[in-house]
Amino acid sequence: MTETITQTTLSNGMKVLLKEIHTAPLISSWVWYRVGSRDEVNGRTGISHWVEHMQFKGTPQFPANVLDKAISREGGMWNAFTYLDWTTYFETMPADKIDLGLRLEADRMVNSVFDEEEVASERTVVISEREGNENEPYFQLGEAVRSAAFRVHAYHHEVIGDMADLRSMTRDDLFNHYKTYYVPNNAVMAVAGDFEADKMLSRIKELYEPIQAGGEPQRLARKEPEQKGEVRLSVEGPGETTYVQVCYRFPNASHPDFFPLSVLDSLLAGPSSLNMFGGGISNKTSRLYRALVEKELTVSIRGGAQATIDPFLYTISMTIHPQRKPEETLSALDDEIKRIQDEIVSENEVARAIKQARAIFAYGSENITNQGFWMGYAEMFADYNWFLNYLENLAAVTPTEVQRVAQQYLQPKSRVVGTYIPNGGEA
Amino acid sequence: MTFIKHSLPGADDIYRVVLPNGITVLSRANFNSPSVVISGYLTIGGLLDPDEKLGLADFVSSALMRGTERRDFQKLYDELESVGASFGYNSGTHYVSLGGRSLVEDLPLLLDVMADTLQNPVFPEGQVEKLRAQMLTGLAIRGQDTSDMASLTFDQVLYDGHPYSRPDEGWPETVQAITLDDLTEFHRKYFGPRGVVISIVGAVEPEKAVGEVDRILGGWQNEAQDDAPALPEFKPPTKTNKKHYSIAGKSQSDIVMGTYGPKRNDPEFMSASLGNNILGQFGLMGRIGDVVREKSGLAYYAYSSLNAGIGPGAWYVSAGVNPANVEKATDLITQELKRYVDEGVTKEELTDSQTHFVGRLPLSLESNGGVAGALLNIERFDLGMDYYRQYPDLVKAVRVDDVRETARKYIDPKRLVITTAGP
Repeated sequence: MTETITQTTLSNGMKVLLKEIHTAPLISSWVWYRVGSRDEVNGRTGISHWVEHMQFKGTPQFPANVLDKAISREGGMWNAFTYLDWTTYFETMPADKIDLGLRLEADRMVNSVFDEEEVASERTVVISEREGNENEPYFQLGEAVRSAAFRVHAYHHEVIGDMADLRSMTRDDLFNHYKTYYVPNNAVMAVAGDFEADKMLSRIKELYEPIQAGGEPQRLARKEPEQKGEVRLSVEGPGETTYVQVCYRFPNASHPDFFPLSVLDSLLAGPSSLNMFGGGISNKTSRLYRALVEKELTVSIRGGAQATIDPFLYTISMTIHPQRKPEETLSALDDEIKRIQDEIVSENEVARAIKQARAIFAYGSENITNQGFWMGYAEMFADYNWFLNYLENLAAVTPTEVQRVAQQYLQPKSRVVGTYIPNGGEA
Repeated sequence: MTFIKHSLPGADDIYRVVLPNGITVLSRANFNSPSVVISGYLTIGGLLDPDEKLGLADFVSSALMRGTERRDFQKLYDELESVGASFGYNSGTHYVSLGGRSLVEDLPLLLDVMADTLQNPVFPEGQVEKLRAQMLTGLAIRGQDTSDMASLTFDQVLYDGHPYSRPDEGWPETVQAITLDDLTEFHRKYFGPRGVVISIVGAVEPEKAVGEVDRILGGWQNEAQDDAPALPEFKPPTKTNKKHYSIAGKSQSDIVMGTYGPKRNDPEFMSASLGNNILGQFGLMGRIGDVVREKSGLAYYAYSSLNAGIGPGAWYVSAGVNPANVEKATDLITQELKRYVDEGVTKEELTDSQTHFVGRLPLSLESNGGVAGALLNIERFDLGMDYYRQYPDLVKAVRVDDVRETARKYIDPKRLVITTAGP
C-alpha cells in the first residue's frame, strides 16, 4: 500500500500519526495507551478495564453526565476498548466537531477524578459485565484454557479480571494505575479523516504538549516457560451443547513467522480479519470446515490468531455436532493438522489467502473509524509499517514456510485442549 | 488530494429502475474504495410459515446457498471465498434479505451467485440435513441465552394471538418437522421477481450495475408466485403481564419490558424515535442507563429500543442484571417509564437528541453497506428519494408536545409486558 501519513513525536513523548482521508466529512480520533491485562498482577486483575470505565466518569471540566452528552449531541460515536496489551479511546465525529474529542481526550489523560462513590457504583457495573460473560459457555471455557496456558505470564487472566479482585480493589489502586500508565510518553494518538495534517498537528500540539511526561511505566517481565506436554481440561456447565477449544502457542506479532502463520490460519480455518470495524468473510472452504463441519463432526469451526506484544495463542474453537463426541472431533482435527505438516500446500492456496486478505483490507478502508483504528493498533505491537507492509509480507510467504511453521507451532506437546461439557438442564 | 462532494444520497445520485418483471434496482456510486456491496430483500418471510413448520422460511433461505443446478455447496463457496467475497441470505418475519460484497472486479461473480441461488437452488438432501443439525444446535444455544429467551418471551406475551408472537427460527420440533418437499414447495410458491428490491453501492457506475442485474435477473419469471397474507389485527396489552423463562445455572438474568410501538410509516414514528433516544439511548443509554447503570450500578447494559416496521412495533427496555436485582431493576425501569409518560421530555433533551440524529447521519452513511441499507429503507417504506436530504428538517420539526403525546399513546406504565430469563 502506498499511502502517506504524518508521523511525529511530541516533546512529551506522545507519538502522533495523522492520515488525511477526504471521502466523507468525518474524523476519527484515537488515543492508545500501552496498558492492558499484561500489566496486571494477581490481586489487581481487571484493573486496566475498570480504569477504562472510570475514564467515562468525568473530570472537573467534563463531569460524567456532560461528557457523554457533549459527544452524542454533536452526532459523534465514541467508545473504548481494553485488551491484553492496550487500552484505547476513540471519537468519530463530523469533521467540524472533532475539536471536542481532542479536548476531551487531552483532559482525561490527566484530570479524571476517580470519585469514591463513582468507583463504588462502577464496581457493581463491572461485576455485572463479568456475570454477563459468565453466562456464556465460551467465556467459561476460554478462561479455563487461558489460565492453563499461562501460569507465569500475565496473559493468564481474562481482561475483565477475576471476581475476587473486582470485589476487593480500591479507589486508590485504580487511581495509581491511571497515574502510572496514562502519561503522554505511554500514549499514541492516531487521527484519520477530513482534515489538513499541518493544522491538525498544531492543534494537537496545543492541547497535548502542555501535558507533562511521566515516568516510564515498569513492565512485568515474567516470561512463560516452555510447555512440557499437552494439557487437557474440562469445564462443566448448563446447556446441551459441547464446545472444544484447542490452543497452540503462537509468536508475537513482530516475529517473522507471524506472516506464514497468518497464511496457515487462513488455509486451516479461513482468514482472520484485522478490522475492528468492517468485518471479514466466511470460511466454508477452509480445510478444517471441510474436514469437520462438512463431515458432520462439528457444526461450526473458527480459528483466531491475535497480534500481541508477547507470544500468545492460536485458538481453534469448535461447536460439536450433537451426535458426536469431542474425542472424534479432536482426532479428525489432528489428521488435518498432520496433513498440512506432511504435504506441502499448493502455490494456488497461498495465492488465494493473499487475495482474501486484500479484499478484507479493502472492506476495512470503507470506513474512517477503522482506518484510524489500524494506525494506532499496529503501533501497539509493532509500528505502522507493519500494517503498511502486511499484504506484501503475506505475499512473500512460500508453501515451504507454511509447512515449516505448521510443523513447528502446531505441536500437541505445547497445546491446551479444553472441553465444555454440558450438564443438560441442571445447574 | 481531490475533494469528493460530501452529499447525502438523493434523487440526483441514486439510480433507480424497475425491471419489467417487477424487480426494483437501486444503485449509487462510491469510488473511494475498490469494493462493492449488494443488499436486497424479497417480500417473503416467517409470516408464511405454518405453525407446525415454523422456521421454514428461515430454513429455505439458508438452504439457497447449499447448492444449485450449476454449483454444489463447495463450488459456490469456493468461488466466493477464493476472491475474498461473501454472499448470503437471512430471513425475518416479513422479508428474506440478501447481502454480499466483493472487490469490484468480482461483482459479476457476486451477481451470478445471487441470480443462481435465487432461481435454481436444488436443496441437496445431505446438505439440508447438515444445515438442519446446525439450526437445531443454534436453537439449543438460543434456549440457553438469557437475552434471546427474554426477548423471545416478550414477543410471545406482547403479541399473543398475532403472528409476531412466533420466533422466525422456529422451535426444535418444528424445524425437525420440515421436509425436503416443504423447502422445494416454499421456494416454488413464493420465490419470484415481484417485490424484489436490490441495491448495489460501490466502485461501479450505477447504470452499469443496474444493467448487470437486468442481464442476469431480467428474465426471471414465476407465474405461481404467491403473496404473503395480510396481518391480523393487533390488540395492545390490557394489563401488566409478567412472565419468567427459567434457565438454570446462569449468573445473570435478562429483562425485556415494555409495550407496543408505532409502525415505521405512522406519522408519530419520528417523535417516538427521538423520545426513545432520550429515554434509553442518548449518551450512555439515556435516562434508563443513567438510573439503572450510572446511579444504581445495577447493570452493565440497560437501554431502550424501538422496533418499527410493517406491522405493530415494539418499544421496550433491555437490561442484564444479577438475578437478585431483577425486581429492583424492573421497579426502577417502571418508574422511569412513568416519569417519561407523565413529564415528557425537556426542550433541552429534545434538542440534544435532534442534533444527535442529524449529526450522526454522515457516519451511518459512510460505508457502502450503510448506503445500500439506506437505499433499501427508502424503497421499503416509500420514504422518497430525497429522504436523507430532508431528514434534518423532519427531525427538527418534532416538538416537545409531540414526544409526550406519542409517549402517552403507546406507553402505559400500568399495562406493561415484563419478561425475564435466567435462573
